[in-house]
Amino acid sequence: MATHTPDGPPQDTVRSLLAELWRDRLQPSRPGSGRETPTGRLIHGALFLTATLSAFVTLGIVLVLIFETVEFFREVPFIDFFGSTEWSALFAEKQFGVWALVWGTGMIALIGLAVAIPLGLMAAIFLSEYSPPRLRAIVKPILEILAGVPTVVFGYFALVSVSPVIRDIFGEDVGIYNALSAGIVVGLMIVPIIASLSEDAMRAVPRSLREGAYALGSTRMEVSLRVVLPAAFSGVVASIILAASRAVGETMAVTIAGGGNPQFGVNPLEAVQTMTAMIVQLSLGDTPTTSIEFKVLFAVAMTLFVLTLAMNIVAQWVSQRFREEYE
Amino acid sequence: MARNFFTLMRSSAPSASAHGAATAERPAPPAPPNNMTDGADAGGGVHFDLTLEAVRHEINEEVDIALQLRDVSAFYGSFQAIDRMTMPIPQNRVTALIGPSGCGKSTLLRCFNRMNDLIPGARMEGEITFEGRNLLDPNIDAVEVRRRIGMVFQKPNPFPKSIYENVAFGARINGYSGDMDRLVEDALRRAALWDEVKDELDKSGLALSGGQQQRLCIARAIAVQPEIILMDEPASALDPVATLKIEDLMRELAEEYTIVVVTHNMQQAGRVSDYTAFLLAGEERVGRLVEFGPTQDIFTNPLDQRTEDYITGRYG
Repeated sequence: MATHTPDGPPQDTVRSLLAELWRDRLQPSRPGSGRETPTGRLIHGALFLTATLSAFVTLGIVLVLIFETVEFFREVPFIDFFGSTEWSALFAEKQFGVWALVWGTGMIALIGLAVAIPLGLMAAIFLSEYSPPRLRAIVKPILEILAGVPTVVFGYFALVSVSPVIRDIFGEDVGIYNALSAGIVVGLMIVPIIASLSEDAMRAVPRSLREGAYALGSTRMEVSLRVVLPAAFSGVVASIILAASRAVGETMAVTIAGGGNPQFGVNPLEAVQTMTAMIVQLSLGDTPTTSIEFKVLFAVAMTLFVLTLAMNIVAQWVSQRFREEYE
Repeated sequence: MARNFFTLMRSSAPSASAHGAATAERPAPPAPPNNMTDGADAGGGVHFDLTLEAVRHEINEEVDIALQLRDVSAFYGSFQAIDRMTMPIPQNRVTALIGPSGCGKSTLLRCFNRMNDLIPGARMEGEITFEGRNLLDPNIDAVEVRRRIGMVFQKPNPFPKSIYENVAFGARINGYSGDMDRLVEDALRRAALWDEVKDELDKSGLALSGGQQQRLCIARAIAVQPEIILMDEPASALDPVATLKIEDLMRELAEEYTIVVVTHNMQQAGRVSDYTAFLLAGEERVGRLVEFGPTQDIFTNPLDQRTEDYITGRYG
């Protein structure tokens, strides 16, 4: 029974109860406080090892990358790597201008985002604001399955389905391997990331905000675009950056469909090569481990690593910095 | 079915009169379910309109009617939340809806601006006449209704935007093309918030205190220039000082707007409202109107025993 008098139970009773609860909470037996049994210590240690294992593996990879990259820059000057847009690592006259690869990567990622941002956001808005719960319960898992399709499948999809359409539109001069085709399938690949994470962010927007907007005479569209989407801004941006970082790191589809042509041109209908595709090409088969071609692989991998790491950090920062606390 | 059931309960009431007399000594809540029947004999000569099942006092003043309810019922799926309520909402007055938790006050309030439409499975019956049209008519655009009938919620819910944008929001979506700065200032002044925020209109609405946030929400509602403002326990999340400010504001706003306020707080209903409707849910948890009238009459001369029990704090 609700009471309409503001004073509830006597305040000091509540307070002393709380104090007692807290005293219990504040003096738990701490791990390693000497009260652990031998078995407990063993389990404790095992858990500690497994928890730190992945951290050590990551650290190991980074160390290898750094070590080999330093080796590479002993032989090739820094300026040749970062100061040029010509890449011809497998030719007699070698050039290591990494910008050709970064550019190819960037172009594919941009095309991918151009496809994935509208599709992903519209899907997220539909699922969060329009779809009846039952439909959402079916559609969202299906959308997430899309993220589980092996990327090699997307690569062939680009070659056999997307490229022919592009050639139909832009003419037969366009090669079957081109940046646009690869970019589009990369876009389809990252739609689930944007849709799913953005939808989570939008659904986390409190119901009371929606009601407030509806009560002012907003239509569903106005509520979605002017209240929910801005309120979920941090989550949406973070999802886009994560998707971009996934697009940058994507390997198989772009190796198959991108064309393996490192170049620094703006035409998306031409073949390009991304950093990841180059790494695949270099590490296939007959590159001797002492050769410069082998070492440049690590330098490229390092560049890729720094790039995606930076993007993930930015995504983290954005979602922290712009998060709105409602409660 | 429900009607017959209720009529039956009423007609059996006289036999329960001994029980009714005992209510005075009953220590405290919870009230037994058969309390429903107790009221019937309490008023002595009171005539019960069996179709409406409520006592309605005379309205002793010349006043226009902003909303006229006729047999308004609301359902959530198969659950009936309120049953055939009939009453007027007088214009430019504050009408309080009071009653214990679960009696359908908020549901009724949300019928007035069709907020219940947003809840899947919610359904309304009956008529709410507003300017000659039935608001519950499915052909009436709920969005349009909400532009004319604003709402303030229990918990302040400013948008995560600047104070200025919060107030301008409703006007913007309604395509207001006039002087936005003036509109914002005017709305904030009327909500008695201008002096506190005029130098920091760019600050986030969420940075304000709870009481200020609620006044911001009132300003936001005013900026759309509604005719009626619905308030769902607008002060229940606020401290006493902020509550008093909101109550003063309600009195001021009643000069220009019709206000319907849901409140748990009897003193508040007594302080701010001109008219009071007392709602109560019976054992089937279906909310019904028990008594409607000028607040003065309801509080000093309740005609239904259940109303008296409630306002004297005997249950609820």
